[in-house]
Amino acid sequence: MDVAFLRETFLRLLPGVPLTLQLAFLSVSIGLFFALLLGFAMRARFAPLAWLAHGYVFVFRGTPLLVQVFLIYYGLGQFRPFLQELDLWWFFRSPWYCVLLALAMNTAAYGAEIVRGGLQSVPAPQVEAARAFGMSGFTLYRRIIGPLALRQALPAYGNELILMVKATALASTVTLMEITGIAHKLISETFRAVEIFLVAGSIYLFLNFLLTRLIAWGERKIAPDLALDKPELKTALVH
Amino acid sequence: MSDLPAPDLPAVALSGIRKRFGANEVLKGVSLEARDGDVIAIIGSSGSGKSTLLRCINMLETPDEGEVRVAGEAILLRPAKGGGREAADRRQLDRVRTTLGMVFQGFNLWSHLTVLENVIEAPVYVQKRPKAEVTEEARALLAKVGIADKADAYPSQISGGQQQRAAIARALAMRPKVMLFDEPTSALDPELVGEVLRVIRALAEEGRTMLLVTHEMGFAREVANRVIFLHQGIVEEDGSPAAVFGQAKSERCRQFLASQLR
Repeated sequence: MDVAFLRETFLRLLPGVPLTLQLAFLSVSIGLFFALLLGFAMRARFAPLAWLAHGYVFVFRGTPLLVQVFLIYYGLGQFRPFLQELDLWWFFRSPWYCVLLALAMNTAAYGAEIVRGGLQSVPAPQVEAARAFGMSGFTLYRRIIGPLALRQALPAYGNELILMVKATALASTVTLMEITGIAHKLISETFRAVEIFLVAGSIYLFLNFLLTRLIAWGERKIAPDLALDKPELKTALVH
Repeated sequence: MSDLPAPDLPAVALSGIRKRFGANEVLKGVSLEARDGDVIAIIGSSGSGKSTLLRCINMLETPDEGEVRVAGEAILLRPAKGGGREAADRRQLDRVRTTLGMVFQGFNLWSHLTVLENVIEAPVYVQKRPKAEVTEEARALLAKVGIADKADAYPSQISGGQQQRAAIARALAMRPKVMLFDEPTSALDPELVGEVLRVIRALAEEGRTMLLVTHEMGFAREVANRVIFLHQGIVEEDGSPAAVFGQAKSERCRQFLASQLR
């Protein structure tokens, strides 16, 4: 192992970390907002709204993220005159905006499914109890339904967050110089793919390690009773 | 509404309550009045409509016909889109519901909150009472039902009997005028039934107005001042425990009671 080269590679990849984190953070924030809207829409009593939301989730979950990135960046590029007319070209000519859009739309679809599942998991008797005690509307969502849904949804959503950090690597395919983009460039200069990808992979691993700790902390925070050691459950799982 | 006391108004008055689920008419015109201090036991075989009747009082089931009055105030209903009826005034319903403390068969404690948090939830977030005052009262209630040491436990960490006692404290914390018990001991292991019945008996002895759906005949006889036997959605027998358990007029009621004595 060429330790000096690994060290140098590490130092050259580090400047890509902010862009990776930026893409992950922004896409997840925007995506979460739409995930909530879509998740509620999927359960809407007004059928056309529910179909629309289900359709969106179906399309974005069912196609590769890479294809979505290409369709938005290269595909929409073919409609340049039209987009210029709408004064949207500044957006779609930028790989950064295009990747952000694709990532956000994609995580919104997965997130919507998690939100829907979380809401569905809320035990009806507990909601009924809240209603019997005079709770309704926003208070009911804020105090009872929301927290109960969140407890159920957080492990799945944590998984989605980790996937999103890794998904930012696709930004490299449209010229963005995040961790993987820089790694590609270094390989074309040195042809030492193994070492460079090893270092790049380790950086993602470390970022996701921090993220898993954060998620675990969040889970303990919102579901302290579930996080408590349940010895009987452990035995049940082992035997 | 007047603020003057109206002692002549029944705490709960049901008149002509009908409720159907699909083709099955569960309640076929039930009328019932509970006066302040009444402890009314509602008995009957499963499917007789007794739980549905109790749930009609606080509109967890909306009656298709008939009227529910709580402390003289009629709960406003209107026709619902898909048939049946629904509450016409959500704020009125929410306000009336805070005067009716409900205890469920399955406890229905909020699993994300500790026992103490369960007890203070509705007083603080529905009735908007000061948290410090409510917390103090809640601790006293938990002591009263004998689980002061479980205040910081989560529902999943305590026994069924403790959960049901916490649920009773939760209902009491709203300072309700009437307590509604929907088979409060049916989901409990036999050895845990006693501790819950003791708490309910203590409440009855305080003179609380209570309606109690139960399978515990001995308890009903001992604690209630009035027993109602429901059969196929109709009040078949209505009277003092001595009258209902001793000399029921209805043949069905006598058969039911005989089947319960084993």
